[in-house]
Amino acid sequence: MSRDRLFSSARLSVAATAALGLLLTGCGSSGSGSGTTTAGSTSASSGSSSASTSGSSTASSSTAAESSTLTVFAAASLKATFTELGETFEDQHPGTTVTFNFAGSSDLVTQITAGAPADVFASADVNNMTKATDADVVAGEPVDFASNTLTIVTQPGNPKGITGFADLTKSDLQVVVCAPQVPCGSATEKVEQNTGVTLAPVSEESSVTDVLNKVETGQADAGLVYVTDASGAGDKVSAVAFPESTAVVNVYPIAALTDASQPELAREFIELITGPDGQQVLEGAGFQPAP
Amino acid sequence: MTTQQERRSGRRASAARTDAGLPGWVYLPALIGGIFIVLPLVAMVARVNWGQFWILVTSESSVAALWLSLKTATASTLLCVMLGTPMALVLARSRFPGLRLARSLVLLPLVLPPVVGGIALIYTFGRQGLLGGTLEVLGIRIAFTTAAVVIAQTFVALPFLVLSLEGSLRTAGRRYEAVAATLGANPTTVLRRVTLPLVLPGLTSGAVLAFARALGEFGATLTFAGSLQGVTRTLPLEIYLQRETDADAAVALSLVLVVVAVLIVLVTRRRGSEGVV
Repeated sequence: MSRDRLFSSARLSVAATAALGLLLTGCGSSGSGSGTTTAGSTSASSGSSSASTSGSSTASSSTAAESSTLTVFAAASLKATFTELGETFEDQHPGTTVTFNFAGSSDLVTQITAGAPADVFASADVNNMTKATDADVVAGEPVDFASNTLTIVTQPGNPKGITGFADLTKSDLQVVVCAPQVPCGSATEKVEQNTGVTLAPVSEESSVTDVLNKVETGQADAGLVYVTDASGAGDKVSAVAFPESTAVVNVYPIAALTDASQPELAREFIELITGPDGQQVLEGAGFQPAP
Repeated sequence: MTTQQERRSGRRASAARTDAGLPGWVYLPALIGGIFIVLPLVAMVARVNWGQFWILVTSESSVAALWLSLKTATASTLLCVMLGTPMALVLARSRFPGLRLARSLVLLPLVLPPVVGGIALIYTFGRQGLLGGTLEVLGIRIAFTTAAVVIAQTFVALPFLVLSLEGSLRTAGRRYEAVAATLGANPTTVLRRVTLPLVLPGLTSGAVLAFARALGEFGATLTFAGSLQGVTRTLPLEIYLQRETDADAAVALSLVLVVVAVLIVLVTRRRGSEGVV
């Protein structure tokens, strides 16, 4: 009798442990995908901010002319510049709140085609914008607004004395690049084809941030990232420019979306990005003008 | 043999008693919960491109990822058993100041997001990490190797084994151990002949949990080990990467991962119920 109870309670505790474990694994793995996390948390915050906006609009509807939220889905590499330009836009349009969802461009396309509410999409490459236009979620023609090229990053002070792209094949170097499936990796592949230099990376990361992080933490000696990532990292890495990079230019297109709830604001936001104010901020971060 | 039968019939009897006492309304939320778990799996299966399925899952990169995942998860489960069993024994059977703190620390990887675990591992085993310099002198490089994957998986999976086994040890009690000791068995014999056979179900389920957790490990691996085909790119990392360009391949591989996980659970469950439980 007591043994029955003993064994059933043992099973119960194991089952409880299993349930707890699976629960926590679920939480953990949702936090591990950097792209998804950004998307999830940002969309959650956009939800709450739109709620608060609508709340305040009913409260102050007699004083404020209008209150609206513009939702911009933008590539992760645009986070610093677009956040700044979003504040500029809010200053120019009182009562308007700009909320951002920064993630990998392919994640954003997936979310938009799955029906995520967004007004504007800014992609880090033409390929992902084409996916969006093919899915008929883009209103009008996308506009190219910036471009980016690759650079070598090394640990601060370039201790391994890397001077050019061909140096990356040195056998004592641990080089990290993006996987060919993501935009920075396909650019890397093109540079390899152009130069005839084949790299033997120790890792092919799924995002440019992961490449930068491996160099910043000293795991890797060198990596290939965008010029803007290198300048964003400040003195945590040293950038080594190489002439062959200029032949492989990654173009950033922006477009309003067919399901936009704020089509007029979307158009004005795109004008800000492509206008002198936007271009100045982008240039300051290391972006080059669209070709 | 007789004890086995006794236990099994005892289990049936207790299950019958629970059924009789369960209020009917419990079944509704239980059903909703069940649907909540099963529905996403059904939705994923519905999205599988069956015409391409075999080609997608037998591609060179997919096979390399699956093989690497099985190898590394097996290695980290063995490490978990070797390290986790003594840890659970110490936590369940010994008394020393700071025991509660020690238990909390052991369980820390459970509550840490895996990416945080990965960052912590970089600063421990990485080239500029706490142990990195020493390892470098010894000629051991962990960064970007399969060993890094096993370390990451062991780190996140270990608490599952410890927690599961410690629970079994506590519920099993010490009476049989005490009897064996009074009959003259030394501590090692008691551990080998009494304690471990008694908690074998807990150890098995803990090992299964640890294996499943290791198989699904993503964040710590991505952060700490990197991603290279056949070396560090396990199945979850391959799925994450394929998703960028080929959604069909990602779905097909996800299904493979689900099938592998379900098979493991089924096989170990059956073995467990025929064996000791």
